[in-house]
Amino acid sequence: MKFKFFDHTADIKFQAYGSSKEEAFKNAALALTEFIIEEDIKAVQEKTIEVEGMDEKQLLYSWLEQFLILLDTEGFLLSTIEELKIDGNKLKAKVKGDSAENYKLTGDAKAITYHDMEITHDDGWMVQVVIDI
Amino acid sequence: MKMISENVWEIPREGKMRVPARIFASDILMEKIKADKSLLQVKNVAALPGIQKFSLAMPDAHQGYGFSIGGVAAFDMDEGIISPGGVGYDINCSVRLLRTDMMEDDISSKRKQLLEELSKEVPAGVGRSSKMRLSREELDEVLSTGAKWAVKKGYGTVKDLKHIEEGGSMQGRPDKVSDLAKKRGMPQIGTLGAGNHFLEMQKVDKIFMPEVAERFGITKPGQVMVMIHCGSRGLGHQVASDYIRAMENKFGISHLPDRELINAPISSELGQDYYHAMSAAANFGFANKQMITHWVRQCFDKVFGSNENMDTVYEVCHNIAKMEQHMIDGEKKKLCVHRKGATRSFGPGKEEVPEDYRDLGQPVIIPGSMGTASYLLVGTKKAEEISFGSTAHGAGRVASRSEALRTVRGEQVKKELKQKGIEVWGHSSKGLAEEAPQFYKDVDEVVRVSDALGIGKMVARVVPLAVLKG
Repeated sequence: MKFKFFDHTADIKFQAYGSSKEEAFKNAALALTEFIIEEDIKAVQEKTIEVEGMDEKQLLYSWLEQFLILLDTEGFLLSTIEELKIDGNKLKAKVKGDSAENYKLTGDAKAITYHDMEITHDDGWMVQVVIDI
Repeated sequence: MKMISENVWEIPREGKMRVPARIFASDILMEKIKADKSLLQVKNVAALPGIQKFSLAMPDAHQGYGFSIGGVAAFDMDEGIISPGGVGYDINCSVRLLRTDMMEDDISSKRKQLLEELSKEVPAGVGRSSKMRLSREELDEVLSTGAKWAVKKGYGTVKDLKHIEEGGSMQGRPDKVSDLAKKRGMPQIGTLGAGNHFLEMQKVDKIFMPEVAERFGITKPGQVMVMIHCGSRGLGHQVASDYIRAMENKFGISHLPDRELINAPISSELGQDYYHAMSAAANFGFANKQMITHWVRQCFDKVFGSNENMDTVYEVCHNIAKMEQHMIDGEKKKLCVHRKGATRSFGPGKEEVPEDYRDLGQPVIIPGSMGTASYLLVGTKKAEEISFGSTAHGAGRVASRSEALRTVRGEQVKKELKQKGIEVWGHSSKGLAEEAPQFYKDVDEVVRVSDALGIGKMVARVVPLAVLKG
């Protein structure tokens, strides 16, 4: 399972999983996209994303926030994550997607939050995020 | 927690709390408030530096991020803090109420046509962009002057400005807003957005204070009103995120019980920068509603042949921090009041209340959820005494959106509302299901408690006729 959504009264909460931190971060971005749009997105445009964080949680926050920013400023919707590297507090990714003009969006994510945010690992990695909607 | 008097509960100081917490709720509402983390959040806020008198929760309180929704807290200007979590991500999410000369019968047969026109004029829904493209210079003017910019551009009139909190213009500084936030805002000026935001045609259902109602422009049951509920869109969200990050990087997070409570001293450079960026985002929200108001008037003119006397009754902010004078230990003191999902409710005489209403008190607009009643109230001296001049802001959710989606379908919600005589235009069927009225608290009870406590007195109840949803 890549990710799972949970009941949360006023907002949306999900957990994303992976065998590495990178994979869990990738799946978190896919979960966020799934909330915004359930349709499959074509992988026709490529983008490079680079973010930094003062710690792991801020890095996750900043990474996910990039997709809200890309949607609002460039109308970009995520399809696949080709590459993702985390080096300390820095993340670099190559992602593919399509223009939002070609789709009907159904979920309005206002912001990423730290509320109930968790990043854990034992056998695998799990990240938990609440989105303000 | 102990009950101090009817509808007033107190959590005495304990642990790191600097002041006690007070919650304004009936037994029914308290049951719901206890069911989530609201009370813990109210206590966490009570521990923030410089907090005055009480950490407060209004009758519609529910769990938020850091601060609860329905949270009100006032801070000392020298020792106190300002917190993006105490304002919320949707800076200046606010509600405007317009009056009309029309009666229900005048519009009922043309409601569908009106919604169709409105949906063409007012961009609504996720990812829908504005009809206009602002230049960077124009956006900076929006951020500095708010609704004044919109009026200058021909959207609405100077008369509107007099009936908006802060005259529709706070001390916004565009240089404190990041390029990213501006980039997010540029395509979104004059859009409604999605989620719980709406544009609703309503009729007056009951009038409780006829003399006050008349001064607010409401004369009889059946009169048509228009309510606009939206915020500062992606620009406001980005300002919140940017300053949360900046404050974390500057002050660290180890001292916080909840990361969303990150804050900066009001007197610090970063605190001041946030205040001016937040004010700029608030201005974006004011301009946004001013443009939508103009388009609503155009649509009324097109469909009904008239938009005469479609005056702005008032516009209230319900996600904001403001510098205000309040009485502390018998002395007037300037404080930074955070209202997060709470409405200012100033009584008669306050200079912030528009001249037209100054002898009455400030109009307070409390929207219900889609398909339920909304209220117009009037602010009071009592609110100034016990709640830093504040009351509730709305209904508040009781069930999650995923539960809503499991239980109802958008089409079914539309049908049920139609049976109740409410015409709905929604851009997303999922959105309609999520916002169905049964998943919200009872706004009637929230307002009843506000009225019983005297922190906002009921002037009129309005019910929906037609709703445009994002």
